[in-house]
Amino acid sequence: MTDFHLAQMNTARLRAPMEDPSNREFAEGLALMNALADRSPGFVWRLAGENGDGTIHAPADPHRIYTLSVWATPEHLRAYAYQSQHLEYLRRRREWFHPHGPEAALVLWWIPAGKVPTLRQAISRLGRLQADGPTPEAFTLREIFPAPELSRS
Amino acid sequence: MRWPRWDPTDDAPTRTPEFAWTSSGGSTSSDKPGWQYDGRVTTEDLHDLDALASLTDRVRRRAYRLVADGTGPVGRDEVAEALGVGRTLAAFHLDKLVAAGLLEVSYARRSGRTGPGAGRPAKLYRPAAAEHAVSVPPRAYRSAAELLAEAVEQAGAEGTLHQVAEKHGRRAPAGADVTELLTAQGYAPAAAGPERIELRNCPFHRLAEQFPPVICGMNLAMVTGLLAGAGLDDEWEAGMDAAPGRCCVALSKK
Repeated sequence: MTDFHLAQMNTARLRAPMEDPSNREFAEGLALMNALADRSPGFVWRLAGENGDGTIHAPADPHRIYTLSVWATPEHLRAYAYQSQHLEYLRRRREWFHPHGPEAALVLWWIPAGKVPTLRQAISRLGRLQADGPTPEAFTLREIFPAPELSRS
Repeated sequence: MRWPRWDPTDDAPTRTPEFAWTSSGGSTSSDKPGWQYDGRVTTEDLHDLDALASLTDRVRRRAYRLVADGTGPVGRDEVAEALGVGRTLAAFHLDKLVAAGLLEVSYARRSGRTGPGAGRPAKLYRPAAAEHAVSVPPRAYRSAAELLAEAVEQAGAEGTLHQVAEKHGRRAPAGADVTELLTAQGYAPAAAGPERIELRNCPFHRLAEQFPPVICGMNLAMVTGLLAGAGLDDEWEAGMDAAPGRCCVALSKK
């Protein structure tokens, strides 16, 4: 039984509005990939968003979208993101998204199992990653930090 | 991933080899070489050298190849039979490869029986996940590749990378056999039925783990180019089919 789960948030900036025909395959892929995540081992939770498709659009910049989800372990997230049909969508991401340049676009952190992260917390974690580089409080799949250990009595 | 060890004194130009392998203590034993590398070698490097040196024995090298090319864990009996040597000798070499860190051991009952009377689980061998490279003079191409991959990702230059990779792939010799073509590139192709070929080795594995969209995309473009260059693209098509334990690209019959 693990005490902590892995929260992940990633963000990207669309090249065109979501409803633009150029985003059709991306939009269709959202439902498929959400369904794939739902049946993937280790998937815990996602923020559904207003559209229910798992994308959250920033109020100040509708081209800016976020996804926020919780996984049992980094290995579960990695298996879904990189060892499934999802990788093909990642491969094609430049068709739909601007490059993120030197800015951090994905952040991971540990949360107590059963808790649900908020987008505000996630954006704050992304800021920490951007400012300090990977730390146990905000890291990436390229540099994973182990889950905190709860002291047991 | 952390930054590689950075030694500010180790920025010598590449004109001449400025170091030598020297034997400390004058030992002539090849099993435990007392090599020292001018004080600049790390223990990791020596470990890699030990691992690779264990492959100099021909029988052992064939045993390693056999396990590495297999589709799953292999027992000593299979290795002994394939190499035409005794089971004891096969087990000796396999265990040497385990000690060197090139193979890993697992145990499983091969008969499918369980419970009392099912017999002892068989000792099975599979390739270890660790990678070993020794370079003389020291070279850090992997570090360079990581920097380039990160730059491509940040700049969003994946499209250019795909074009370059496909163009390079197209240099493949025309008329090559599909298995030979992919084997020569290190992909370890294996037929999965008559209509499909899976690639059991990813030549870019470590980099692909760190930058999956960039490197797997590059890989797909490269395999697509190889098929075109060899004139096999009217018969086979490469596509993304990511799964654990093998290359993210698979080939399907058109």
